[in-house]
Amino acid sequence: MSSTPNPVWSNRTIKWVDRRLPIFSMMHRELIVYPTPRNLNYWWNFGSLAGITLVILILSGIFLAMYYTPHEDMAFASIERIMREVNYGWLVRFIHMNTVSLFFLVVYIHIFRGMYYGSYKAPRELLWGIGVLIYLVMVATAFLGYVLPWGQMSFWAATVITSLVTAVPWVGEDLAIWLWGGFSVDNATLKRFFSLHYLLPFVIFALVFLHLWALHTTKSNNPLGVEVKKPADTLPFHPYYTMKDAFGLGVALLVLAFFVFFYPNYFNHAINYVQADPMVTPAHIVPEWYFLPFYAILRAIPDKLGGVVLMFASIAIWFILPLLDTSKVRSGRFRPVFKWFFWILVADFIFLTYLGAMPAEGIYVTMGQWATGYYFVHFLVILPLLGWFEKPLPVPESISAAVTAGHEKEAAA
Amino acid sequence: MKTLTGVATAAAFAAGLALAAPTAQAAGGEHPPLKTQNWTFEGVFGTYDEAQLQRGWEVYTNVCKSCHALDYMYYRNLEQIGYSEDEVKEIAASFETEDGPDEWGEMFMRPAEPLDPIIEPYENDAIAMLANGGVVPPNLSVMTRARDGGADYVYSLLLGYEDSVPEWVLEADPNFELAPGKSFNSYFPGYAISMPQQLFEGILEYSDGTPATPQQMAKDVSAFLQWAAEPELEDRKTLGRYVLVFLVVFTALLYAYKREIWKDAH
Amino acid sequence: MSQAAHPAGNGEGSSRRDFLLYATGAMGAVGTALALWPFIDSMNPAKDVMALATVEVDLSPVDVGQSITVVWRGKPVFVRHRTEQDIEKARAVDVATLRDPQTDDERVIKPEWLVQIGICTHLGCVPKGQKPSDPKGDYDGWFCVCHGSHYDTAGRIRKGPAPLNLPVPQYAFLDDTTIRIGEE
Repeated sequence: MSSTPNPVWSNRTIKWVDRRLPIFSMMHRELIVYPTPRNLNYWWNFGSLAGITLVILILSGIFLAMYYTPHEDMAFASIERIMREVNYGWLVRFIHMNTVSLFFLVVYIHIFRGMYYGSYKAPRELLWGIGVLIYLVMVATAFLGYVLPWGQMSFWAATVITSLVTAVPWVGEDLAIWLWGGFSVDNATLKRFFSLHYLLPFVIFALVFLHLWALHTTKSNNPLGVEVKKPADTLPFHPYYTMKDAFGLGVALLVLAFFVFFYPNYFNHAINYVQADPMVTPAHIVPEWYFLPFYAILRAIPDKLGGVVLMFASIAIWFILPLLDTSKVRSGRFRPVFKWFFWILVADFIFLTYLGAMPAEGIYVTMGQWATGYYFVHFLVILPLLGWFEKPLPVPESISAAVTAGHEKEAAA
Repeated sequence: MKTLTGVATAAAFAAGLALAAPTAQAAGGEHPPLKTQNWTFEGVFGTYDEAQLQRGWEVYTNVCKSCHALDYMYYRNLEQIGYSEDEVKEIAASFETEDGPDEWGEMFMRPAEPLDPIIEPYENDAIAMLANGGVVPPNLSVMTRARDGGADYVYSLLLGYEDSVPEWVLEADPNFELAPGKSFNSYFPGYAISMPQQLFEGILEYSDGTPATPQQMAKDVSAFLQWAAEPELEDRKTLGRYVLVFLVVFTALLYAYKREIWKDAH
Repeated sequence: MSQAAHPAGNGEGSSRRDFLLYATGAMGAVGTALALWPFIDSMNPAKDVMALATVEVDLSPVDVGQSITVVWRGKPVFVRHRTEQDIEKARAVDVATLRDPQTDDERVIKPEWLVQIGICTHLGCVPKGQKPSDPKGDYDGWFCVCHGSHYDTAGRIRKGPAPLNLPVPQYAFLDDTTIRIGEE
C-alpha cells in the first residue's frame, strides 16, 4: 500500500473533500490500483459476484417491504397483491426469490474455492472466519425470509426449524415459546421474523465490509498459493479485474434473468402457494435446495439433540479449518492426494444435497449416515493426516516465475 | 482455453448442485403420468389464447364458481382476456355482491361492478365445509402455481375420474377402499377426492360455438386458471426476451473488452 | 485509465479498445437505468389503486335542491342538483368583485349540476351545507365552520379567510344522469 502514493486530485471539490475525509484516495487505493495477483482464475470471480448479489437482494427487498404486510391474515394476500396489482411487483418479487438461489450458489462456489486453494491458511484465518460467519447469518436471513410469504412450506419450515431449540436440555420448551412469542408459530412469530429479516442483511453488509478489510490487509490468495513478492506478480485491480468481474457478472445475470423471466418458480415449492394452515402438514416438508445438505445431516442422526448438534457442527467445523489442515503447502494444485479428497468432498456435499430432498426412509437414511460420516471424516481425520503423509509437488518460487514458465511451455509446444 | 474449462466446470458444478435439489416427489403412492398438453403459454414465446381463456371463464362461471373462489381477482381483470369495458360491466352486473352498511345500518345486495372482487361462493370457511362434506373447496386463482404440474395437473385431474377403483391401485394396495362420499381420481394424492366429477358431455354450450366436450372444457378451464394464477405471464416473457438479448450482447461485449485489456498482461 | 495501463498500445489496437470501452460503457449505463425503472415504477399507485381513481356516480336519485357527497380518491366530492334560483343567483354576481374570479359557466358542465371537491381552500376542513339542516353561509352555498369561510351557490369564495373557490374535479357526463369523476 505504501508503494502507491495517493493520487493528486485535479478536481477542486474532490481535493477539498479528500483532504478532510480521504475517501477518494481510499477508493483509488483499494479499487483501482490495488495490486492483485496476476494469475487469478475465474473461480476468483465469485467473491465480488456474491457482493453484487447481496446488493440486488437488499434493493429488491426494500421495495417488497413497501407492500408486504407481516400479519398472519394478510401476508399471503399482500404478496398476491404485489404479484397482481403493484407495477412490476411480480418482477421485483421474482428477482428477490431467484437471486437468493444465485446468492447461495455463488457463495458455495466461493467457499469451496477457498477450500481447494487453501485460502483459509495463515495469514488469512480471520478473513476465512468472517466468511463463515457471513454464511451463518445468510442462512438465518434466508430462513426468516422464506417464512414471510406465509405459505404452507413457510409455516411448516418455521415450525420445524424453531422446534430444533426444543432439543436443548431443560430450557428447550421455554426457549421455543420465547422464539415464537406464543405457544406455536403464529402472528407474533411472523412479525419478529419480518423485523429480523429486514435487519440481518445489513449485518451481512457490515460483515462483508470487515471481510474486505481483512482481504485487503492480507491481500488475495491465488491459484498458486504463493504470496506476492514483487510488483511483477501483480496487476492493478482496475481495469484488469473490474472487467473480468464485470464479464462474470454478465454471465450470472444471464442465468438469473433466464429463471426470473421464464421459470420464476423453478426453485420454489408449489405447496408454498397454498396459504399456511396450522392444522394440516404437507406430505413432504423439504427445505429450499441450499439447505438440503445440512438437512440431510440433521436427519442422519436418529437422536433429536444429536442431529441438531451435528448440523451446526458441520458448519462450525469450517471455523477451525485453519487448524485442521496441517499441510505447509497452501494451494491444492501442488497437493496430489488432497486434490482427490477435495473432489470427493464436493461429490459428498452434492450427494447430501440430493439426499436432503429424498424422503427420510429406507436406503436414503443409511446413505445419509454414510455421507454425513464421510463429511466429518474428511475434516477431522483426512485433512490432519494428509499434512503428515502427503508429499507435495514443488511450489514455484513466485507468481511471475510461474507465469513466465507457463508461457515458455506454451511457446515450445 | 483454461479459462473456458474453468467456466464450464463452474457451470457443471452449479447445475449439479441446483438441479439435484428440486427433484419432483410423488406424494401418496403411484399415479399415471400427467396428460401433458400443448399449451399456448409454454416456452419462451408463450402467449395466452384469448378465445380459450374466455371459454375457460364460461366453464368457471357455469361449473366451478358455485364452490370455488377466485381470491385476489376482480371483474375488471377480465378486460385482460379480451372482454370490452362494457362487456365486463355486463358480466359484473350479472352477479350480486354485498355492500353496506346503508343509512339504516343494514347490509344490502347490489349488482357487482368491475371494481368489485369476484364474488366468493361461501361467506366463510365454516359454511363451505358444511356444504362440502367437511372440506373447503380450495381457492382457484393460484391453483396452477400451487400444484406440481400446473395446468397439466388441473387438466389431468378434471379428466382423471374412474367409476370404480381400477386394478392397478388394488394391485399396489389390495385393501384400498374409497371412503363414502368420495370419488376416485387417478391423479389426486391418495386417490379419494371430495369433488365429484364435474365435466360431462352437454353441460354447457360455449358462446363461440366450440363443441363443449369434457376434454375441451378441461383444457379451456385449465388455461383460464393458468391465466388467473399468472396474469403477468405475457408481459414477463416479452420483457424477458428483450432482457436476454440485451444481456447476451452486453456480456459478449464485456468479454471482448476484457480480452482486449488482458491481451498484453498474459 | 486504459491508456495508463497500456502505454504501448498502437493506434489500431487502441481504437478497437476505445470502441469496446464506449460500447460497454454505454450499454452498462443504459442497462442500469432500465433495470432501475421497474423498482421506481413499483412505487407508483398500484393497479387496484388506479382502478379506484375514477368513480361513476348515478345522479338520477338526486332531486332538485338536494346534495350528495361521494368519496373520490379519499376526498369528499359535493354534488348539488341546483335549483333555478341557485343558478340565477350564481350568474348574477359581478365576476370582477370576486376574490377568485370565475364565472358560473366555467365551474359547471350542465348548469343544474355543480360538482366540486368539498375541502375548504383555507386549511382543509370540510365545509357544511350538504344537508338541509346545515348552515349554508351568507350566500346560500357552503359554510366552513372551522374559520368562517362562506361559499356561494357556485362554490365560489365570498367571505372569510379562504383564498380560492372550491376546486372542480375533472369529470364527464357518460349519459344524462351519470358522471365519471377523475376523467375528462
